[in-house]
Amino acid sequence: MLTTFAIVTDGLVYAAYLFLVAVGLSLIFGVMKILNVTHGSLYAFGAFSAATAVGVYVDLGLPDAAGFLFMIAVAMAIGAVLGIVLERAILRTAYGRDEVVIVLVTYAVFLILEDTVTLIWGQRSYPAYQPMVAAGDLELGDLILSNYDIGLVALAALIAVGGYWALHHTRHGRLLTVVIFDREIAAAFGVNVTVIYTATFVIGAMLGALGGAVMAPKISVTPGIGVEVIVLAFAVVATGGMGSIEGAMIGALIVGLCRAAAVHLFPQIELFVIYAVMALVLVFRPHGLISQAQPRKI
Amino acid sequence: MPPWLVSLATIAFANALVVLGLLILWRTGLVPFGQALFYAIGAYVVALIGRFTPVRDVFLVVLAGAACAGVVAYLIGFLLARYREIFFAMLSLAMSMTLYGVLVKTEALGSTDGFHVEAGTFFGARPQGQALNLAMFWLVLGFCAVSALGVTLFFGTVAGRLAAPARDNEIRLEFLGVSVDRLIHLELVIAGTLAGVGGALAALVVAHVDPSMAYWTTSGGFVFVTILAGAGSVAGAFVGSFVFELVRSVAVDVLPDTWQMTLGIALLLTILFLPEGLSSLFRRLRRAPEAKA
Repeated sequence: MLTTFAIVTDGLVYAAYLFLVAVGLSLIFGVMKILNVTHGSLYAFGAFSAATAVGVYVDLGLPDAAGFLFMIAVAMAIGAVLGIVLERAILRTAYGRDEVVIVLVTYAVFLILEDTVTLIWGQRSYPAYQPMVAAGDLELGDLILSNYDIGLVALAALIAVGGYWALHHTRHGRLLTVVIFDREIAAAFGVNVTVIYTATFVIGAMLGALGGAVMAPKISVTPGIGVEVIVLAFAVVATGGMGSIEGAMIGALIVGLCRAAAVHLFPQIELFVIYAVMALVLVFRPHGLISQAQPRKI
Repeated sequence: MPPWLVSLATIAFANALVVLGLLILWRTGLVPFGQALFYAIGAYVVALIGRFTPVRDVFLVVLAGAACAGVVAYLIGFLLARYREIFFAMLSLAMSMTLYGVLVKTEALGSTDGFHVEAGTFFGARPQGQALNLAMFWLVLGFCAVSALGVTLFFGTVAGRLAAPARDNEIRLEFLGVSVDRLIHLELVIAGTLAGVGGALAALVVAHVDPSMAYWTTSGGFVFVTILAGAGSVAGAFVGSFVFELVRSVAVDVLPDTWQMTLGIALLLTILFLPEGLSSLFRRLRRAPEAKA
């Protein structure tokens, strides 16, 4: 019983993390049809800037509670700046090329940013545990839950609901849906696709940085953290279906719960299980669980 | 040749075999981000044979590695050949990461450290030191020559010539009675086998295997070289792989902190300004004088 409960809570926390890193990737893919490998670097930038922000904040001796918000704000601001620069300066030159070629462009930028991270922050790790310790624990019988983890799940849920509402019930969200459906017809009807592309990429980049920022207190922030994330986020959106919030959510839940179950029951297959689940889903649903049938164009 | 150049060329040409396989898929518009799967299988098969059997002959072990990789490619092909574009890339990535996950967690195979590969014998002879390096060099070169010839012949067959039409418009091809799935399945088996040979040779050259051979950055490196080389020619795979190893060793030496950045910038410039790779540069240079006249 305790194990089941632990699997569910661990799974939910891990799913929240996966959702936060995957939703930005899925958004960019849905709108721009770009598989953005630089998402991993944005995660790393988010984590490092959050860790630095926490360090500065703690040194100033300000009240702990707001430290979390400060950390997120700094990381997202950096994500936004990077997003604008990447989209305007580099990605725009490759629009119209093969999808696979654009993946390689983002891969090249990812390599460049990996070294940029070490050039800025050096080869050491940064502790940023203070917000997590300040948040305290919640005891439920034998099980101890960190309030920070509960907050993480709440944040993921908030972004899922907020994102869904923004996409379906606001003017800008509907414009985005139009662009997703058919870019050229949208442009012909006077939608400024260029601006929508930039905005989408910046929002996606900020979400990537946010993912890194909220994870910074939970992990050791060291160079190379972006590499793992990108493959994980791929697996999540491929399982759930690319380009939709529901897809990212369902993918994150499935992968999160499966991994938590593996960690508690068969620790040997922890890494293996994520990709095995993805492969299994793709055998039956080639484009992920939530995906619409695509007409073939001759 | 100086010894460092021999070892550099040996590993570069072993990896070029993987690139040769990617070239076949790239002509059809497919980029597998998980070709390291077959590379690692070839390498681990050689390493396991060295550990558990008395067989040491380099030709036998490399062929065994290639055969295993080929069989795995055949089996995976039933699933993978149904996918295109990004999904093809990602599913193959997932497969190689699955193998990586298994290798990392297998204590018996040295976990993340990997293990040592026994030196091979050449028809019973056991060369040592620099003689072994030279023997390996010629062995790799021999496999490269045979594979390059084989792939060139393949490009001339009907299946080889269907690559470009399949890339341009799959549906038209299907109306002509060609199964694109089967074509891609065949290409996958060839590419997988070549990657297996490359991995097996690399394991013998480096005398060590570890799970990072199946990691996605290894696959990324192969894709990188494929783009650098361009889909134009078989020779491009070897030139590209050699240039890549050279640039990488120089970059690691001269710019230890920013070698990834150097590679990234090189890749970006290649994609943006040389969309058809290094081999198109040679063609352009050759054509330039004619254009003036």
